Amino acid sequence: MGELRLMKGNEALAEAAIRAGMDAYFGYPITPQSEVLEYLTREAYNRTQCTILQAESEIAAINMVYGASGVGARVLTTSSSPGISLMQEGLSYIAGAELPCLLVNINRGGPGLGTIQPSQGDYFQAVKGGGHGDYHLIVLAPATVQEMADFVLDGWELAEKYRNPVLILADGALGQMMEKVELRDQQTRGIRPVPPWATVGKSNDRERNVITSLFIKPEEMEEVNLRLQAKYREVEKNEVRVEEINTEDAEFVLVAYGLSARISRKVMEMLQQDGIKVGLIRPITLWPYPYAAIAAAAEHAKGFFVLELNAGQMVQDVRLGVNGRCRVEQYGRMGGIIPSPEEVAEIARKMYSTL
Amino acid sequence: MEQNTKETEQRYEGLDVVCERPSTLVDARMHYCPGCGHGVAHRLVMEAVEELGIQEKTIGVAPVGCSVFAYHYMNVDMLEAAHGRATAVATGIKRCMPDRYVFTYQGDGDLAAIGTAETLHSVNRGEHFLIIFINNAIYGMTGGQMAPTTLFNQKTSTSPYGRQLEFNGNPLKITELLAMLPGSFYVTRQAVNTPLNVRRAKKALINGFKWQALKKGTCFVEIVSNCPTNWGMKPVESIKWLEENMLPFFPLGDIKVPSKEDIENA
Repeated sequence: MGELRLMKGNEALAEAAIRAGMDAYFGYPITPQSEVLEYLTREAYNRTQCTILQAESEIAAINMVYGASGVGARVLTTSSSPGISLMQEGLSYIAGAELPCLLVNINRGGPGLGTIQPSQGDYFQAVKGGGHGDYHLIVLAPATVQEMADFVLDGWELAEKYRNPVLILADGALGQMMEKVELRDQQTRGIRPVPPWATVGKSNDRERNVITSLFIKPEEMEEVNLRLQAKYREVEKNEVRVEEINTEDAEFVLVAYGLSARISRKVMEMLQQDGIKVGLIRPITLWPYPYAAIAAAAEHAKGFFVLELNAGQMVQDVRLGVNGRCRVEQYGRMGGIIPSPEEVAEIARKMYSTL
Repeated sequence: MEQNTKETEQRYEGLDVVCERPSTLVDARMHYCPGCGHGVAHRLVMEAVEELGIQEKTIGVAPVGCSVFAYHYMNVDMLEAAHGRATAVATGIKRCMPDRYVFTYQGDGDLAAIGTAETLHSVNRGEHFLIIFINNAIYGMTGGQMAPTTLFNQKTSTSPYGRQLEFNGNPLKITELLAMLPGSFYVTRQAVNTPLNVRRAKKALINGFKWQALKKGTCFVEIVSNCPTNWGMKPVESIKWLEENMLPFFPLGDIKVPSKEDIENA
């Protein structure tokens, strides 16, 4: 059993990053994730002598990540919605150059400057591209402070396995709330082998390494794209994560991730008391998406009810999984409003009664 | 490539080689236009790396612009950065590998327009790397648009009547600006228009690489260059135009030089 602590989500994530042997962090302050940068500047260098730098912008931060990842460092950046928007250019380059890195979006309300309150409004941006070109991030969606910590090392391992950027998509509430968390032991830095592709200086026994996303000849560019797509299919095959509760014979299926999944769990319990055969699907990876779990539940369900803190984004993926087999409806609050389980249960009951 | 080498060997059979391609420069035909300064600048950068014996410890960052393919020619590990972000990428590299010799190679649009914030903050932090700035007062790769360093009255495809203060603002002397920052250690403006200037530029590049190891701040070498194609001139004419128009506005020479103590005490 690892060390137990009571921590904020942002701090648990930062602590987990130090313990996972992080080599470098580049970030820029933005509410509600600034505790990550603050925690790391206070703790990380003193303990592991890793690189910590407050960049002049999120644009600079993500490009520092590109450079650090290029020399084989285990590197992290964190931000919140407007800052993640600024990073999209760099992310597209990182995906194109196939560099592993971990980034975190503590999602706040938008569009524009929006609000500093929790939101799930960045789902499309996270799972459908965000930047230019055909690429995917691997997206992990924690629902507890424990997962905020656990997904850090998991995320880096996925990133390194597939040479692909990994995003932890949380929200302002998960960043700010305090819960008990069990921390993994400290990993030693500098013991991972230098990847053969890293641009660490050309030794005499090898050709020079070049990290680029530029392939000007159409045939080469298509070949790179086909290789990326093959990799994404591999990720889809191997890395889907989903939590299912009471879905085996459910007539009514709730689908939600992150904070919404916590509310939905309560809603499920309330509907069970009404005698409804209700289950919950919680996607943990938002890309690759657990379409198979949705499709399996759609075989026997009469209806799906999706809760999100947005205007209806993930519901599109639920509909793709259900593929017309039954009704799918969504309830969402925006602007940083977090609905109570009672409010959501009321809406869900109404939908169920019309099935 | 192999064929080129064979041709070279045949041509010089029985003669002593007194000057050859540095081993740090790939034996490849460059894509640059005839008369362009990039080829000379590339060679100088790689000669500096060879003479200092730091090939194994050198990491370069290529920009977006005509020199986007610098990694086709420079025989060192390299990364291709997004437009303007080379110094942020170099910061990530150097912070993680402080014993490496890191350089960026950037044009005027990349370094002094879209990448101004990254350039200025990297230098102001005093990042211990070398920034090589090729200033030809025009966007070459995209077809001759106005650059931040385009001169007054200079015609480009987006200043077709010549750059005017009223419409286009002032040409930017970013090198002088960077020299004012406490983080810059060595700032110089060079050119590759004459054999003498080529030798001076090489000396500056050698210093720029060498002084990284002192960990005293950023080294910055501007090279005023030409763009015959987009200036609409023959190569020789473009050199004359550079001397008559560029150099009076961008005067050559050291702008910030480390003191003897700086170098000796490090």
